[in-house]
Amino acid sequence: MTAMLEIKDLHAQIEGKEILKGIDLTVNEGEVHAIMGPNGSGKSTLASVLAGNPAFAVTGGSVTFNGKDLLAMSPEDRSHEGLFLSFQYPVEIPGVSMVNFMRAAVNEKRKYYHQEPLSASEFLKLMREKRAIVELDNKLASRSVNEGFSGGEKKRNEIFQMAMLQPKLSILDETDSGLDIDALRTVAGGVNKLKTDKNATIVITHYQRLLDYIKPDFVHVLYKGRIVKTGGPELALVLEDKGYDWIKQEFEDSKG
Amino acid sequence: MQTDMDDKNILDAATEGEYKYGFVTDIDTHVIPKGLDEDVIRYISSIKGEPEWLLDFRLKAYRHWLTMKMPDWAHLDIPPIDFNAISYYAAPKKKEGLKSMDDVDPELRKTFDKLGISLEEQMRLSGVAVDAVMDSVSVKTTYKERLAELGVIFCSISEAVRDYPDLVKKYLGTVVPYTDNFYAALNSAVFSDGSFVYIPKGVRCPMELSTYFRINAADTGQFERTLIVADDDAYVSYLEGCTAPMRDENQLHAAIVEIVVEDRAMVKYSTVQNWYPGDKDGKGGIYNFVTKRGLCRGDFSKLSWTQVETGSAITWKYPSCVLAGDNSVGEFYSVALTNNYQQADTGTKMIHIGKNSRSTIVSKGISAGHSQNSYRGLVRVAKQAANCRNYTQCDSLLLSDTSGAHTFPYIDVRNDSSVVEHEATTSKINEDQIFYCNQRGIPTEDAIGLIVNGYAKEVLTKLPMEFAVEAQKLLQVSLEGSIG
Repeated sequence: MTAMLEIKDLHAQIEGKEILKGIDLTVNEGEVHAIMGPNGSGKSTLASVLAGNPAFAVTGGSVTFNGKDLLAMSPEDRSHEGLFLSFQYPVEIPGVSMVNFMRAAVNEKRKYYHQEPLSASEFLKLMREKRAIVELDNKLASRSVNEGFSGGEKKRNEIFQMAMLQPKLSILDETDSGLDIDALRTVAGGVNKLKTDKNATIVITHYQRLLDYIKPDFVHVLYKGRIVKTGGPELALVLEDKGYDWIKQEFEDSKG
Repeated sequence: MQTDMDDKNILDAATEGEYKYGFVTDIDTHVIPKGLDEDVIRYISSIKGEPEWLLDFRLKAYRHWLTMKMPDWAHLDIPPIDFNAISYYAAPKKKEGLKSMDDVDPELRKTFDKLGISLEEQMRLSGVAVDAVMDSVSVKTTYKERLAELGVIFCSISEAVRDYPDLVKKYLGTVVPYTDNFYAALNSAVFSDGSFVYIPKGVRCPMELSTYFRINAADTGQFERTLIVADDDAYVSYLEGCTAPMRDENQLHAAIVEIVVEDRAMVKYSTVQNWYPGDKDGKGGIYNFVTKRGLCRGDFSKLSWTQVETGSAITWKYPSCVLAGDNSVGEFYSVALTNNYQQADTGTKMIHIGKNSRSTIVSKGISAGHSQNSYRGLVRVAKQAANCRNYTQCDSLLLSDTSGAHTFPYIDVRNDSSVVEHEATTSKINEDQIFYCNQRGIPTEDAIGLIVNGYAKEVLTKLPMEFAVEAQKLLQVSLEGSIG
């Protein structure tokens, strides 16, 4: 079996500053990986680079996604191939209704696979079904994309979009930030409902809290642009307990 | 248009040159020599069989025009125009009809398809003979019959001069006098044709009046003149233009639209303007210098302008409302999109004369490429116009670093019981928004289309439904290639 995602020695920079300094990571079908680490370690950069954000320049390494060269693809093709990013800060698009936005997204994907666009009624039916997964009410769906949404609503809206697009690999970038405990449960519940043994999830988080709800198979610690430690779910608990200082210390010692 | 033209000869080339889309025009037979003098005006008037009073109107306008200069206050860079290099009358041209859509320029067809224009419409617009399409003929006839039953007059202005001379004489030039401005004077002297609409007292016109359905609507020429009168308690919605690309061998267009709104009447005037904007290097394209004004003469009268401007190389256009009646209402909703080297100076004037009159202005400018896009608006409240309200919202969206967005609001309030509000914003298209769309699988060009349409939504929703859908596609098509 080939891996779904295979990252090898990935280097990336923004405005000349190197943020990722050689990432190696393999994700297989059915797996949940948590990436943790202190602020500024490169977690969100990794998510952005995998999604193809043009603000970052890849300066070395390779990423294979389902056997294809991910880095050679446009951001929209990465999406069509099944990569989904739940944004840490979802942007507002005034005047563009969620319905029109999602319809464009869903139909672009269908076009990529040479399928006919969904009819209006088929599409609305799909929206209704998927909305229920994250308890997103109809009013939000008819509003403009993220405009005037609360923090929790924005995150639920991200998971709703994930449900609509049925990705193979979902990257949740700090999806727990800014959520109260009820919203966190709803969002995590949505992610769990979408989980199958054919798809995979990368959960990027600063805190262990989210991992109480989304159980990881592997926990990685990212520090200064490298994965410096990998373990099972118990690693997250250790981090929650002891903080990141001991990891930093280990890292500095190993360089020593 | 020839390929070897230089900047100075654009106008010559455009007026003389062969139409590059392959229509064979019957140039020699019914075109009078270039240049303008009183004999030319007499000739135009006599050919059209006009009454003495109209010839007199034209001559007065011409004499006044001679004393005027081209306005230079707009934020526009207009190459010199040689008004003697234009031929001021051409008989309705018999285009040698193309035999089928296969003969039409493939680029043009591609645009038609993107806009989702029906085949029949495509054929009509590209000059393919449509006589064979029986539907179109019967639809038009039914349309005319229904209007006639209600007493609605909808015909060309030449027909109106012949058949309803008293009505035309009563209203022509009362809203836009020939002394109004340089282009209005020129239009008044030489206007070719246009539309005339009269809605009698108490009649609510049951359908949108569109130039498309006016028989003989084609070839109204470069000096179009439109007169719309809504009598007491009447209502009409009028649609001008269409979303399909309009190619015209006349480079200079100087139209006049006059609207009279009587007591409690309402007129809604919607325009989608998509004339040839020139190529991506700024060569060619239409100059659109239009005077549009409505007089809300009656108490509780209402006039609403909605425009979507994407075409023309240079646009100079300020659809305005003179709110003379007490409690009258004026509205102006505008989207002006410029790309490549287009220039637009457009906006409105709201002149409050009647008490309790109200006006709303919503202007959305979108600048891409190397274009320059200006909003220019006047809100004037007369001394006697107590308790007036104006709200102006004026937004600019920049899609490139090389384009310009400018706002020139003029506010002149002469009493202290009125309230005038002005809000303005300028923003750049946000790369995070584009990337967000990309991540969801929407390519950049479509993402920009979505974002721009969202930005313009407030105006687009004012358009009649069908028009609005086409206008959305048009905004997207007009921006193609604008983001590298």
